[in-house]
Amino acid sequence: MGFKIFGKVNFTPYTKVERFADELRDNKLMGTKCKKCGEIYFPPKADCTKCMSNDMEWRNYSGKGKLVTFTTIHAAPTGFDDIAPYTIGVIDLQEGGRLLAWVEGIPQEELKIGMELKAVPQIMEDVEELKVIYALRR
Amino acid sequence: MKVGIVGIGHGRFGRRDDCTVQELAFEPFKEALEDCELEKKDIDATVIGSSPEYHKQRSISGVIAEYLGMNPQPTWLTEAACASGSAAIRTAYGLIKGGVHDVVAVLGVQKMLELSTPEILALMGRVGDVQWESIFGTTFPGYYAMYANRHMYEYGTKPEHLAMVAVKNHEYGAMNPKALFQKAITLEKAMKSEMVAYPLRLFDCCANADGAACLILANEEKAKKISDTPVWIAASATASAPMSILRRETLTSLPSAVEASRQAYKMAGIGPNDVDVADVHDCFTIAEIMAYEDLGFCEKGKGGKFIEDGQSKIGGKIPVNVDGGLKSKGHPVGATGTSMAVEMVKQLRGEAGKRQINGAEVGLTHNVGGIGQYCFVHVFRR
Repeated sequence: MGFKIFGKVNFTPYTKVERFADELRDNKLMGTKCKKCGEIYFPPKADCTKCMSNDMEWRNYSGKGKLVTFTTIHAAPTGFDDIAPYTIGVIDLQEGGRLLAWVEGIPQEELKIGMELKAVPQIMEDVEELKVIYALRR
Repeated sequence: MKVGIVGIGHGRFGRRDDCTVQELAFEPFKEALEDCELEKKDIDATVIGSSPEYHKQRSISGVIAEYLGMNPQPTWLTEAACASGSAAIRTAYGLIKGGVHDVVAVLGVQKMLELSTPEILALMGRVGDVQWESIFGTTFPGYYAMYANRHMYEYGTKPEHLAMVAVKNHEYGAMNPKALFQKAITLEKAMKSEMVAYPLRLFDCCANADGAACLILANEEKAKKISDTPVWIAASATASAPMSILRRETLTSLPSAVEASRQAYKMAGIGPNDVDVADVHDCFTIAEIMAYEDLGFCEKGKGGKFIEDGQSKIGGKIPVNVDGGLKSKGHPVGATGTSMAVEMVKQLRGEAGKRQINGAEVGLTHNVGGIGQYCFVHVFRR
């Protein structure tokens, strides 16, 4: 299917890490690791910016992490006005790296920086074509 | 060899539905030429600072140079998002320093409001990393809101502190005849305005505007001949940081600003306490609070207290954004960096009118591109 299925609105259909979207569709959250120097990447990268190697391997993520910061967007850009206001959170992942996603099922008032959240893969059902995404839940 | 600013011009910022981008650029260029009494033939090149995605006209330097009558001298565009104007200054500074050109016109210009609201909203959704972040509908205010929430969590900064920045900058903007909003506001009004991206409200955000500002730079020898009051560029520094907030080590500081200011202070041989007046990039109120800290005007985490104690007001430790800042003056992306530099030249020449800082000798500008991927810090001296 390729990377174009990733996101409610997708701006980058072509990438060397397109496997990420296919794995996400199969309910797996994956990042990459440099086989040469061991550097960990989430979001995944096809190239190691630390040692310049492009010999990477995929690794599984539990999706668990701690909330670093958040916001609720009221003034939304094109393609997102139908869901505004929506809350966005950033978590530091337990297995390394960082992830940004919508927060679902938690009112903004209950969000506390430092709290444990989990990024969960999900298939978006309210759009015409198949779209996959991940969301932050308790 | 020093590089001096010999001429300045500043157009009116605002909704300029009376002109094209080249007509807008003509205003400060003409003013700058008159300011230093030069003719077009005396200028070796024109460097334009602008963010091209806002213009219908493609490759605007060609159109602008033609309209200014600056053919056949060279011209080109520099782009670093909201710091494009400062990128143009640094480019001209480097050309003069390296002896390629003697006199260079730097023109920051932006005509933002020719795009329709849907076009602006579409652009607004692509300010972050489009692969991993924009797909969740992140926005400019959204990123700064995330910095604000983290700053509040780590340092106890309050929404009142944010509003105080807006109140201050509107107070000074009211004294600037070139500003978009020339009206003071109350703390209550700022804190009751509509929510844009929690915790940032409408009055925490700067407004898009059309505008242009121009500087004429010359090498030391020519600057002394052209002007009795040249203002010297004591430092031109810049640094970058990861564009993605997923690759940043801190969310309460802009690492690009910390590094650029470190270089700038070293280059100018000064410290933060030597700065008499500064213009910082207050695209959002939290950005000004972070700038106080990143520039070393106060300790890390004490930015809220710095504004609360009036330290960034006229009469305080370091007056900041006394021209109204982006907040009140308006933010015509590519023109902002050159507008900041024009204000510093006015302050150091003693020509800033009601908002003059008496005896100002050292001025500093801090111009951020995007959400912090670029930062330019310039130091100016009499």
